[in-house]
Amino acid sequence: MGFPLLSLITWLPMVGVIFMLTIRGDEKTVASNARWTALWTSLIVMLISLVIWVKFDRSSAGFQFVEDVAWLPEYKVGYKMGVDGISVLFVLLSTVLTPICILASWESIQTKVREFMIAFLILETMMVGMFCALDFVVFYMFFEAVLIPMYLIIGVWGGPRRVYAAVKFFLYTLTGSVLMLLALLAMWLQAGTTDIPTLMHTTFAAGTQKWLFLAFFASFAVKVPMWPVHTWLPDAHVEAPTAGSVILAGVLLKMGAYGFIRFSIPMLPDASAYFAPFVFTLSVVAVIYTSLVALAQEDMKKLIAYSSVAHMGVVTIGLFTFNEQGIQGGLFMMLSHGVVSAALFLIVGVIYDRIHTREIARYGGLADRMPGYALAFMLFAMASCGLPGTAGFVGEFLVIVGALKINFWLATLGGAGMILGAAYTLYLYRRVIFGRITRDDLRHIMDLSPREWLVFAPLIVLTLWMGIYPSSFTGFWDASVAAMVKQHTAALAESVKLAGGLH
Amino acid sequence: MNNWMIALPEIVLAVTGLAILIIGVLRKQDAVLVCTMLAIGGFLVAGLLVLNGARGIGYNGQFVADSFSSFNKILILVGASLAAILSLDFNHQQKIERFEYPVLLLLATVGMMIMVSASNLMTLYLGLELQSLSLYVLAAFARDDLRSSEAGLKYFVLGGLASGLLLYGISLVYGFSGTMDFARLATLLTNPAVASPGLIVGVVFVLVGLAFKVSAVPFHMWTPDVYEGAPTSVTVFFATAPKVAAMGLLLRVMCSPFGHLLAAWQSLIVIVSIASMVLGAFAAIGQTNIKRLMAYSSIGHMGYALAGLAVGTAEGVRGVLVYMTIYVIMTAGTFACIIAMRRQGRAVEQISDLSGLATNDPFLAMLLAGFMFSLAGIPLLAGFFAKLYVFLAAVQGGLWTLAVVGVLSSVVGAFYYIRIIKVMYFDAAAGAFDRRAPSLSLVAGITGLATALFFLFPSPVVDAANVAAHALFR
Repeated sequence: MGFPLLSLITWLPMVGVIFMLTIRGDEKTVASNARWTALWTSLIVMLISLVIWVKFDRSSAGFQFVEDVAWLPEYKVGYKMGVDGISVLFVLLSTVLTPICILASWESIQTKVREFMIAFLILETMMVGMFCALDFVVFYMFFEAVLIPMYLIIGVWGGPRRVYAAVKFFLYTLTGSVLMLLALLAMWLQAGTTDIPTLMHTTFAAGTQKWLFLAFFASFAVKVPMWPVHTWLPDAHVEAPTAGSVILAGVLLKMGAYGFIRFSIPMLPDASAYFAPFVFTLSVVAVIYTSLVALAQEDMKKLIAYSSVAHMGVVTIGLFTFNEQGIQGGLFMMLSHGVVSAALFLIVGVIYDRIHTREIARYGGLADRMPGYALAFMLFAMASCGLPGTAGFVGEFLVIVGALKINFWLATLGGAGMILGAAYTLYLYRRVIFGRITRDDLRHIMDLSPREWLVFAPLIVLTLWMGIYPSSFTGFWDASVAAMVKQHTAALAESVKLAGGLH
Repeated sequence: MNNWMIALPEIVLAVTGLAILIIGVLRKQDAVLVCTMLAIGGFLVAGLLVLNGARGIGYNGQFVADSFSSFNKILILVGASLAAILSLDFNHQQKIERFEYPVLLLLATVGMMIMVSASNLMTLYLGLELQSLSLYVLAAFARDDLRSSEAGLKYFVLGGLASGLLLYGISLVYGFSGTMDFARLATLLTNPAVASPGLIVGVVFVLVGLAFKVSAVPFHMWTPDVYEGAPTSVTVFFATAPKVAAMGLLLRVMCSPFGHLLAAWQSLIVIVSIASMVLGAFAAIGQTNIKRLMAYSSIGHMGYALAGLAVGTAEGVRGVLVYMTIYVIMTAGTFACIIAMRRQGRAVEQISDLSGLATNDPFLAMLLAGFMFSLAGIPLLAGFFAKLYVFLAAVQGGLWTLAVVGVLSSVVGAFYYIRIIKVMYFDAAAGAFDRRAPSLSLVAGITGLATALFFLFPSPVVDAANVAAHALFR
């Protein structure tokens, strides 16, 4: 076993937390020190995680940087960490978005600054740990522990209805998670271990698979979120502070889809195939219905929240096509949505910080006063509706290609999301940026500050990079996805053969 | 080896109790402090003796010292010691500091230790009564306080009823089997077919009596009133050590003499467990008094622990033991925080009194929030592992209904736990609490650390529980 790189980036934020707890002094000193500590900690974590980007062997489908420490040896539960092509980029997404969030909250968070930064660093530990975990129990612990910091971030620093939103978020996600816990226990007892790579090669009886799939589905569908259990998301987004929304849209929503691709599809191939039409139906409903709902929103954050549900619907369509294009598209979509929707929430945060409202009707004509802002907004809006050359296009295109192999109508209806997406995004953009300034407070609004440019710069670069040269990202998971599809096809063929033998 | 040696810890504690009585009477100044310290010293010595003491069956088969009893005794002693430390400041502030308090605490502890070491229905009853009588007095310890007297009386009447049922059950068992000895009962019942209906009825009565002691639904009625009425220093004791003792007793009685009757009592325990989990979760939602809330919370937690017993295997018992360990730590810590709720010298106990605690006292708020998340069973905190092992056993035993109801009611339970966090963190600040006594910070800090860091070192507790559980199934 080499240097425990993954554990280092997982637990390093906790060092920052301990350091912050020791800060003494008056409120202003504590706040300023806490901001800098959090920023430096997350920047160091990000730099270390870039080592993974460089050293990751893209030709291998297996797990890399593996660490394995005995934890509960008699139950075959280990503290096992490792990344493969599927998870590695989400680790990086988490470590890149965290410093951006901290920078974005630099001025907008003024009360209990230290506590906010502590919550954020704890959140980073949980997110990174979850994507790195190669043991089911460890995964579950990180997966559910995310609730604690997120509940506090929404509830303490959120908007007027924050309590309702925080409690709803907590209970929705917890209900799903506890059912997954039962599935975890059942798999644990059958396989005798919770080692994820082993579980991937364990065959479960077809009847068991269906129950396990439903239990997983309860958890992941809430997290994704899929229609009709998405209702917590608009509330949580609207009430959360900007940084909370960014991390929620950027990373937390990916946890559900990641769960599907890490657990449901490889471990339960028969049940996944059995339930795929069901998943497609829900996804298509999500794409069309939530896009239409987004069109009618008055609140910017709510609009982007509904668009997230629609985009994640495209992701789940892609993942459950079980072919390379579809899964690659789903993964790419997750990644691009992680960057683009995060950026859009930051965009909303910029004007919210200035005018303190997110009501679309309160704005208009910002292009006059904020040309830089209008430019950045335009780029992310275009990326969100999938303009070629931006991050959003590649994923949607691949998913549609993958879906075409399954069913023409699936591809058509899923692709309708792109059209509706363009409609509500451009409609939003027109109402906020174009037109004439009618409100007095907008006449003196300031364009992006250097700090805000610093926040957006990496996201702009990533959005264009992913759109123009996607191979530097898809290259990571080519091998893993190919291996996964192969295994999935083989498993299905096997069970068909078994079923044939029985007749 | 003289076989009286196996009861050495109990003997030492009983003698300490008598010595404290004399010292308390003779000493004029700070008698309470000295007596409490002596009691804690006694617990410590007893703990060491339990760890290193002789094992085996003695007193003509009346008393057994095995790894199961040792595990429970250590847990009881930990609970009792924490309760003793927490009582120091609280009783002083409430002006109910009297040296009888540590004595009663100590005698109750002796009773509990005898309970978990009983290997005969008669010893069981003796230990239980020694414990119960001390607890009745403790509940009414604030004798000038109407609520406390009421709590004592309620507890006494209902406890007496439960003891009566238990005794009736014991006599039925004796009448239909001709023995009260656990080992002989176990041999007699190796073939469950020989058990007459009368014996089964006796077992059910025993179960009812013990279910009352662990405050499982439908024998939980006394719990909220007694928890609320008793002085908080007594409530913390009620919530920890006696629960461990009663649960230990229930485990031993059900698994050891009546283990072969699993088919007869399993469904009963399943029903009781489900009812406790559900009632604990739903009834707590409407509470405004935090002590009452903790009472319903403990009813729910006993339901989860009973889920392990319902499986009736060593894995299940292990789950229960791990559960009880973590439960004692979390509960003692929570009550340390509750005792710290005091304004202008008056103890306050409404949930709304906590509002804005995060602003006034971030340390206390963080600890209490940690305990609440842990009680709700959110991972990385100890409470999650407690539930994990119990549900693992339940799933292993194929008790899917129990497991599904259990996890879902834990979500309902999470609602009221996070409501407390909401009050502390999201609501506007009310007046600050008085300065905490260092003893409270100490207990809350240590238990908080244990709750937060359990995930790093789960093995010692789980291994010990494993050994203890297998001792029951030899």
